[in-house]
Order: sequence, then structure tokens, then C-alpha cells
Amino acid sequence: MAGYLFLAIVVLATAAYFVGTMSGRRLVPAGGEKVHSLPGYHGLLGAFAVFIPAAIVLLLWLAFQSRIVDIFLVNSLPSTLIEGRGTGQMSLLLSEIRNVAAGVVFSEPVPDVVAAAERLKSFREVSEWIIAALVAVLMLGGFLWVRSQIAVRFRARNAVERVLSGVMVACAGLAILITLAIFFSLLYEAIRFFSVVPPLEFFFGLRWEPQIAIRADQVAGAGAFGAIPVFVGTFLVAAVAMAVATPIGLFTAIYLVEYSSDRFRSIIKPTLEILAGVPTVVYGFFAVLTVAPAIREAGGLIGIVMSPNSALAAGLVMGIMLIPIIASLSDDALRAVPRTMRDGSLAMGATPGETVMKVLVPAAIPGIMGGVLLATSIAIGETMIVAMAAGLIASLTINPLDSVTTVTVQIITLLTGDTEFDSPKTLAAFGLGLVLFLMTLILNVIALTIVKRFREQYD
Amino acid sequence: MTESTIPGTGAAVAARPSSQAAAALRKRRYAADTRLRVAGLTAILAAVGMLGLLLWTIVSQGLPAFTQTHVRLDFPLSAELVDPADLEATNWRAVVTGGLNAALGETASPAQQRLLSQIITNNAQFIVRDAVRANPSLVGSSITLSVPAADPFDGLNKGQVLRDVPEANRRVSDAQIAWFDQLSAQGRVTAPFNWGLFFNADSRFPEMAGLAGAITGSFYLLLVCFLISFPVGIASAIYLEEFAPKNRWTDLIEVNINNLAAMPSIVYGLLGLAVFIQIFGAPRSAPLSGGLVLSLMVLPTIIISTRAALKAIPPSIREAALGMGASKHQVVMQHVLPLAMPGILTGTIIGMAQALGETAPLLLIGMNAFVTSPPGGILDASTSLPTQIFIWADSPERGFVSRTSAAIMVLLGFLLFMNAIAIYLRSKLERRW
Amino acid sequence: MDATLGMAKTTETAGAPLIQSEINHATPVRARDVVVHYGTKQALFGVSIDIPERSVTAFIGPSGCGKSTFLRCINRMNDTIVGCKVTGKIELEGADIYDPSLDVVELRARVGMVFQKPNPFPKSIYDNVAYGPKIHGLAQSKSALDEIVHSSLRKAGLWNEVKDRLNEPGTGLSGGQQQRLCIARAIAVGPEVILMDEPCSALDPIATAIVEELIDELRENYTIVIVTHSMQQAARVSQKTAFFHLGKLIEEGKTEDIFTNPKHKQTQDYITGRIG
Ligand SMILES: Nc1ncnc2c1ncn2[C@@H]1O[C@H](COP(=O)(O)OP(=O)(O)OP(=O)(O)O)[C@@H](O)[C@H]1O
Ligand SMILES: [Mg+2]
Repeated sequence: MAGYLFLAIVVLATAAYFVGTMSGRRLVPAGGEKVHSLPGYHGLLGAFAVFIPAAIVLLLWLAFQSRIVDIFLVNSLPSTLIEGRGTGQMSLLLSEIRNVAAGVVFSEPVPDVVAAAERLKSFREVSEWIIAALVAVLMLGGFLWVRSQIAVRFRARNAVERVLSGVMVACAGLAILITLAIFFSLLYEAIRFFSVVPPLEFFFGLRWEPQIAIRADQVAGAGAFGAIPVFVGTFLVAAVAMAVATPIGLFTAIYLVEYSSDRFRSIIKPTLEILAGVPTVVYGFFAVLTVAPAIREAGGLIGIVMSPNSALAAGLVMGIMLIPIIASLSDDALRAVPRTMRDGSLAMGATPGETVMKVLVPAAIPGIMGGVLLATSIAIGETMIVAMAAGLIASLTINPLDSVTTVTVQIITLLTGDTEFDSPKTLAAFGLGLVLFLMTLILNVIALTIVKRFREQYD
Repeated sequence: MTESTIPGTGAAVAARPSSQAAAALRKRRYAADTRLRVAGLTAILAAVGMLGLLLWTIVSQGLPAFTQTHVRLDFPLSAELVDPADLEATNWRAVVTGGLNAALGETASPAQQRLLSQIITNNAQFIVRDAVRANPSLVGSSITLSVPAADPFDGLNKGQVLRDVPEANRRVSDAQIAWFDQLSAQGRVTAPFNWGLFFNADSRFPEMAGLAGAITGSFYLLLVCFLISFPVGIASAIYLEEFAPKNRWTDLIEVNINNLAAMPSIVYGLLGLAVFIQIFGAPRSAPLSGGLVLSLMVLPTIIISTRAALKAIPPSIREAALGMGASKHQVVMQHVLPLAMPGILTGTIIGMAQALGETAPLLLIGMNAFVTSPPGGILDASTSLPTQIFIWADSPERGFVSRTSAAIMVLLGFLLFMNAIAIYLRSKLERRW
Repeated sequence: MDATLGMAKTTETAGAPLIQSEINHATPVRARDVVVHYGTKQALFGVSIDIPERSVTAFIGPSGCGKSTFLRCINRMNDTIVGCKVTGKIELEGADIYDPSLDVVELRARVGMVFQKPNPFPKSIYDNVAYGPKIHGLAQSKSALDEIVHSSLRKAGLWNEVKDRLNEPGTGLSGGQQQRLCIARAIAVGPEVILMDEPCSALDPIATAIVEELIDELRENYTIVIVTHSMQQAARVSQKTAFFHLGKLIEEGKTEDIFTNPKHKQTQDYITGRIG
């Protein structure tokens, strides 16, 4: 239905464009006057008037119709069906009704459900008719309005440009909207989580065993939602990754800036870009397939018993992934230091190494720090490598040879698989998500500010 | 300035640059310099070596999956087994066993029969059924088909399953190996290019599993993602670069966009789950929902690169057009935007490549479902290339290790292709001012 | 100005060589047929000149004629430019500085350089000056280092202005102070020759006057080569002047001779403002 409506809107908007253009062309200026706008602008305005209101209404309908229909449906249900159901069971009932309406029947439904399914179908039909009528009226209205406006002096171009400006402002505002949507949706679910699990337990508890609390009525007693082990695990993996990536990335940048020939540089830079472009799921597979067994074997050789999914393996591979980020940001930072400083140092008889370590690196420290912070933020938020190579059990340890779990791994495991959306187990994922969001937000803002200040300093 | 006449201090004179002590010191300094150079080179070698190891691992593991062992068998379609009027009712398993027996002679016990039928894929029954359905006139005679060998025998044929391992530690029994060798001796075993990898959808059986569903799903994902992020990204970039006043509000938007670009992708998945699926009732596991999430994720990338492309257009062009009486909008739409297009497209392709490789948010959207047919549209349940890789990587069957690597090669192939286009666009179309 | 020119005579005969050498003591730097290419572009066409000891030599000439290029040859700073090729011979105290066995680090410690734009390192004033002595190991103790830093700042005429703020960043000084800091930094290594590439072009007239005065004082202890666009400056501070044009050394000689009695028409055109 929505597809057909959308098609109709597009077709009619195109038609309105041609009609508008034609009307614009037919305008006859009175003596000495000029038609203000080119015919095409009249056409465009016609198309906008037909398209924009109708499309917005259609989108809103798409976004909200199922919720509204649900409300009508729930209100129409006989009390015998509703009685004694919690929210979880209510949503089960609703999905059963939907299934019946869609013709998917697993077991013979009770007559009330069949009746409700019929009602659901009719509600949907009505809603479709309403939206179709509304869209038609809007399109017609828009079209007629533009028709009535077309005149020699009508400033169609200005109107078109105002509309375009409005659209552009809306799009730019979307960036803010996304951030707000992320923040508030996470906050909303997190608050629901904290109404079940006290924040104190979450932020300071030392036991994380969300899997125990499978059934909703079990929560308060059994499930353990102390996130400290998860946070510690996250930092442990990130620390291993940064310990690998920072020296390698920095020394790579130093070599590229001070020692490399242009030719070597022109080969190495794209190679590092390949490293940056490899999807993280590939790194995850690499970690499981190659790195983790290799580390275990190496550990076995020197007599250390290691868990198969050690923090070391995940962190090491994550470090490889981060090398290009640190290398390229450090390279940028070192290159941003004015050449005169390098010349000044060399002219005093400093070796290239002394120049880079004693003049360039200190001067570029803010930029390098910004890069390191950004990489840390990425390490904390990276999901696939740890989801595949790190563990699921939250153990409170800072030994990289042990298996740990991370925030992102927990989010993934808590939210994949068939769980009720309302159980504290899934809500816990949003609690973790909120923490992750705030942590990376703070790191990013600090990093971006440092980098920006640094760039301005040498501009 | 009487001080200026003071000659060089004793210390300075004592260590004149050409003195012996200074020469020794210089030697140490050069050694330090060399150490730094070696450290840099080592770092680069480590990074490049890791990349090499990664690619080598993937390719060496994945290449075997590009061929698939097939067994050519003649399946007798006797009228008593197959009723052309009612093909559904036919016991196709028996037909398949008949084909194996025809090649190897009657096997006695049902247990042996079962062992025998494990040589070829469990899906052989459906392959034979579909072939007969397409050509019912064959009933009464027999049909010759090459059917995929089951995963352990594919491994045996490729030398991944070793014969000299004790039978207990092997996935195939000695008897089965003997049968397989017999089939091989009859020239029935072939290893053609594995078209199934591209044209089959997912399956529980490695020998039947393919990427058709994942590739189609990724295509729909990118389609949705492109249709949303491209126009919205360009519109906001144009506004921010060409029209927006420089004030705190636009500063905030700018910081915001840079921050969004660095947000972990899984956060977008949470947003999609909480907002698109929970509130707006978008379908789970569907490319529509996944594409929406990805479009939000790549939006900052597209905005940032579009702004860079617009910034690269020299102001003189704007001034020239403005000077001829064009409105600001006309200047941007008719002059600046077309000139910036190559740069914008390059950025968009890079954004799409980023979307193609993204996994985490799609897992939250449920695009790791087990789906045995390619999606027919953006509302059908589907997987994508990266989530398929994740599913396969998690599968215990030995054959999926190789398939996972092959799927990664396909994914990297697509990414390479997209980046090659981006590089081509950048070098050929972008003008230097 | 008269005083400056008058002092030229005294210096040419004054001063024992810093280091014993069988080569003419009075000319620590001798260049012969120096040719420089930047890639395929030739920037210098066979320049030969002697630089007299403990005096100021000025290079003048229109923009792009190769003054900086030649100056940078003297401490091999051209090595840092990719594609730059130098042929010919330049001797420092009789040793060919382009000899492959020569140590550039040592060379640059002996031939210091001051740049057009003041380029203090983003470090404290103290660390800026201490940088050279530290890397070259000129001070065995903290007090010796202090001694070098203080005396270098004194010699650069900056001591009184910065003695209370040695730990503040060098970039916080005024342009003229920064340039004198760079001179102090160069002096601290104890060089024999100091090359200055338009050291005053980024400074205001008062700062310029101070730096010029400083250069005049430094010549008692150092051999100085200065590139300048200002004829007045060349006349004020230098004892010898060399005129470059289109990559060639057209004329060299005593500053007073060049300015009062140039032999070549091009030189005359330039100093009277007709070319350049
Ligand atoms: N790094 C370089 N690469 C290529 N060509 C260069 C380079 N540096 C200088 N040149 C060229 O060499 C020639 C001499 O340049 P040089 O800088 O020595 O001139 P100059 O006399 O110092 O000029 P100015 O008075 O403007 O400083 C010029 O034509 C210049 O274009
Ligand atoms: Mg110059």
C-alpha cells in the first residue's frame, strides 16, 4: 500500500512539474514587465507542493500506524483475554493476533483471538483508506494552490529556494537529532533498567551474571548485574590494543615523516589504508582462526596455560586494526609542525632522529594525543573482534592471559537470540549502551577538541 | 652590550665539534639515529606483515572453497518408486540411495545404507526431485546428475581430511573411504568451480551453503542506505558549507557530526532496535531496518567528505557566477555542486564501503537470522555478507571454516572494487585547481 | 655607517685562525664552480667565492637569483630538499664539505644558520638555547650548560630581556626577540660560521636595527654570511658584498667598492633600483 502511494506521489509530482512549467511558459507579461521566474521554477514549486506534504504525511503514517492500530486493537479486546496478563504476555498475545491475521497459524487459536485478528485486519484497512484519502487531498490542495499562485510577478524562484533552504536546514539538523535520539532512547531504556536493578549495584557490583535472570519474575533475587567486571574487561582489552597500536603506529609515522623516501611512503600509506579498510568481522575471524591458537601454542611452549579466548588475543588483533588510525593521525600531526622548525633543528647539527624526537614529537604531542584518544574510543566501542575472540563470562581480572568479556560483547549477547524485549536482561544491554555512549562521547569530544586546537595553532 | 665580547665558555671550547670526544659522541648519536630508523622500519614491517598474514590466512583457507567436490550418479527413476502424477509423495531418499547402489552395488544392512548415503549431501534428495520436476518425462528411465559430496568427503577429496589419521579421530569411516575411492575410480568424482557459493542461499550443510542470500541482502541494505544517506548527506553538507552562518549553532552541528563519525557502530544498532523496531515497528532482520541504521551511520562520513569536496572548489567560481546575477542557490546548484560531484561520489563510495563491511549494528537488528532463500525485497528477512561471515564463523562444521574465508574473500573483493572505483574517480575526474 | 665600513679594514688583518690549517686563514669558506639543480631546473651556474674570516659577507640580488640556494649549500641544508643536486666544490677550512666521508652533523655544528622567519622551537627559552649544546654534548654538567645558555643569550643581546623568564616558551617572545633567540641558539653550539638568510625581513625597523647592531658585534668572533634584500642593510653591516643574478655570481668585492663603484652594469642597475 505505502509503496503504491509513494509511487503515486512521485508520478503526480512529476506531472505537477510539467503542468507548472507549461503554465509558467504561457504567462504573458504586460507591457514592459518581465516574468519574474523562469517556467522551470513554477514547475518545481508545483512538484514540491505536491510531493513534500504528502510524503511527510505518508512517512509519519508509516512510522506510527502500527502503534495506533495496536492501541485501537488493545482497546477492542474483550476483558477475558486481557485479564491477568503482564506487559510481556500482552505483547505475546498481540503477536499471536498479528500472526493469525497474517494467516500464520501454529495451533488452533481461541475464537476471541480469531475475532481480534479480523478486527485488526479491518482496522488496518480503514487506516489505509484514511491515509490514501489524506494523501490525495494534500496533493490536490498543493497543486491547486500553486496553480492559483502562478502569475507574471509571482516569485516562484524565491519560493523554491526557500523550500530548498528549509529542506537543507532540516537535513543538517538531523545530525543533532540523531545524537539526541541515541541519547534519549538509551536513557529511556536505561532508566527502565535502573528501576529494576539499582544503579549502585550496576556501577559498583562485582558480579555480572545476567544469563541467570531469564524469567521476569526471577530478577530481583537471582540475576547479578554488577558491571564492574565488564568495565574492567573492556579496559583490559582496550589497554592491550593500545599497547600494541600506539608504539607501532607512532614509530610508523616517525619513519614515514623523517626517514622514508617518497616512493616508499607512497607504497606504505595505501597499504596501511587497506589495513584500515578491512571489516572488523574479518579481524574477528582472523583472531579466532590464527592469532588465538598461535598465542595459546606460544604460551604452551613456555608452559603458560591460557584460556582459548584470552584478552591478549582479542586485544592484539584490535591493536593491529588501530595501527593505521594512530599512524595516520600521528603522521598528520608531525607533518603539521612547520618545516622551519625541522630546518632549524637540522641546521644546528641535529641528526634526523634527534630532530624528530626532540622537536617534532614534542611539538606534535597534542595532535598525537588526540589520535591516541580517538583510537582508545574506537577500541572501547569495537564490537566484532571481541564478540568473536573474547569471552562471554565476566571475570574480574587484569591478567591479559585470562578470558574477559567487554561491554560490547555483553550488548551483543544480551540482545541477539530470542529474548523478551522487556526483560531486565535486554534492558541491561541498554544500560551498558548508555555507559558506552557517554564514555566514547567524552573521549571523542576531548580528542576532537585537542586536535582542532592543535591544527589552529599552526594554521 | 659589553657581555657580547665575552669569548666562548671553557666548556664550549673544550668540546669543539672536531675534537676526539665529540667524534665519539657523534658516533653514539648516529647509532641512536639508526636505532630509531630501525624501530620505525620494524613497526612498518610489523603492520604490513600482519596484513600479509591476515590476507594469506584468508586466501589459503578460502581458496579450496571455490571448488566443490561433486559425485556424478545415475539415479534410477523406476515407476514403482516415482509416481509422475504425485512427485511430492515420492520417497526421494530411496531414489538417492538407489543411485548410490547403482554405482557401488547393493549394500546389505540399513545401517550401511545410511553410512553410504552420508557420502553425498543430505540435500541430494531435493536436487533430484527438482530435476525430475523440471523434466517429468524421465520417469521410468534414469537421470544422471552431479550432486555435491557431503562436507567430510569434500574435505577428503581436497586432502583436508587425512587418511592416515586413526579412524576414530576421523569424520569418515574406513568403509566410507573405500566407497568414495570406488566412486573416484569410476571417474564419478569431480571438483568443478563452486557456483553454489554464489547462487545458493544459506544452508545447514556446508556443501550446499552459498552467499546468494547474503549478497542480495547486502545489495538491498546498500540501496536503502544510499537512497537515504546520499541526498540527506549532500543537503546538509551544502547547507553547512555554503549557506550556514558561522555561529554557535553551526559549531555545535559540526562537533556533533565529527563525534557521530567516531561513535561506535553498535550504538547505532541500539538506536535502530529501540527506535526503528520498537517504536516505529520496522520489520526485524529486514534490509529496510538495517539500511536505515547504516544510513545514519555513514551520514557523517558523507557529510564530511562532501564538505571537503565543496571546500575544494575555489571561491573565484562562485564569485564569477554571482557576478553574473545568479542567485546563491543557482550558483550552488548549477556551478559548485556539479564541479564537486567527483569528490562527493568518492566520499559516498567510501561511505558505502564502510556500510558494506559493518556487522555489529546488523546483529542487533537481527540480520544474523538463518534464512534459506534470498530476500525478495527490503522487507524480507535476510542476512548480509558480514553477518553471514559471522554466522559461518560460529558454525561448528569443518567445511564452514573454508566457506567463511571464501565469503571474506568475496566481501574483500567487493570492497576492493568499490575502493578502486573511488580511486579512479578521484584521479580521473577530480580537477586540481 | 662610516664606522662600520671603517672596521672592515681592521678585521681583515685581525684575529688568529681558530684552527690551524695550511689553507689561507683569512678565508674559512671557499666555493668553486658550485652548480645546483632542483630536479631538472638549474638554480646556480658555477658560483666561485671566498668568504673572509671574522667579517660579514652580504649576498644581494633580485628575488629567485639563488642567494638562499647558495647559502644553504654552505651547511648542506640543501640535502634536506628532495631532488636537489649540488656539484662543484665548497671547502671549510680546507676540507671539502661535499666529501662523502664528511659528517654533516659536525659540519652543521660548525656552520650555524639563522632563518628568514624566526623559528624558535615550541620549548622554553632556556631549552631553545640549550638544545644545541645538549645534543652535541658540549656541557658536562648542569652548571656548564647554564653557563653556555647565559653567555649565548648575552652575546645575542637578549639576556637582560629574558633573564627572568627563561622557562617561558620561546614562542611567546616578540618577533625581534625570537630572531635574537634563534641567533643565541646558533651561537650556543660554538660555530665558526653563521649563515643568515634575510634575518630581518620579518622584523620591524627597530628590531632590525637591534639585530643589525648584534651582527656587527658578532663579527668579532664569527664569520658571518648574510642574505639581504635591503641595500642599506648590506651597506651598513657587511664588509664584503656579492651580487647574484639569475643564478650567477655577477660581482663580488669590498662592500664600499660594490656600492660606490660597481664594475658591472647589472650590479649598478640593481643597486640603483632598476632591476629586482
Ligand atoms: N625547493 C625548491 N625546489 C625547486 N626549485 C627551487 C627550490 N628552492 C628554490 N628553487 C628555485 O631556485 C631558484 C633560486 O631560489 P632561491 O630561493 O635560492 O632564490 P633567492 O635568491 O633566495 O630568492 P629570494 O630573494 O626570493 O629569497 C628559484 O628560481 C627558485 O624557484
Ligand atoms: Mg631566499
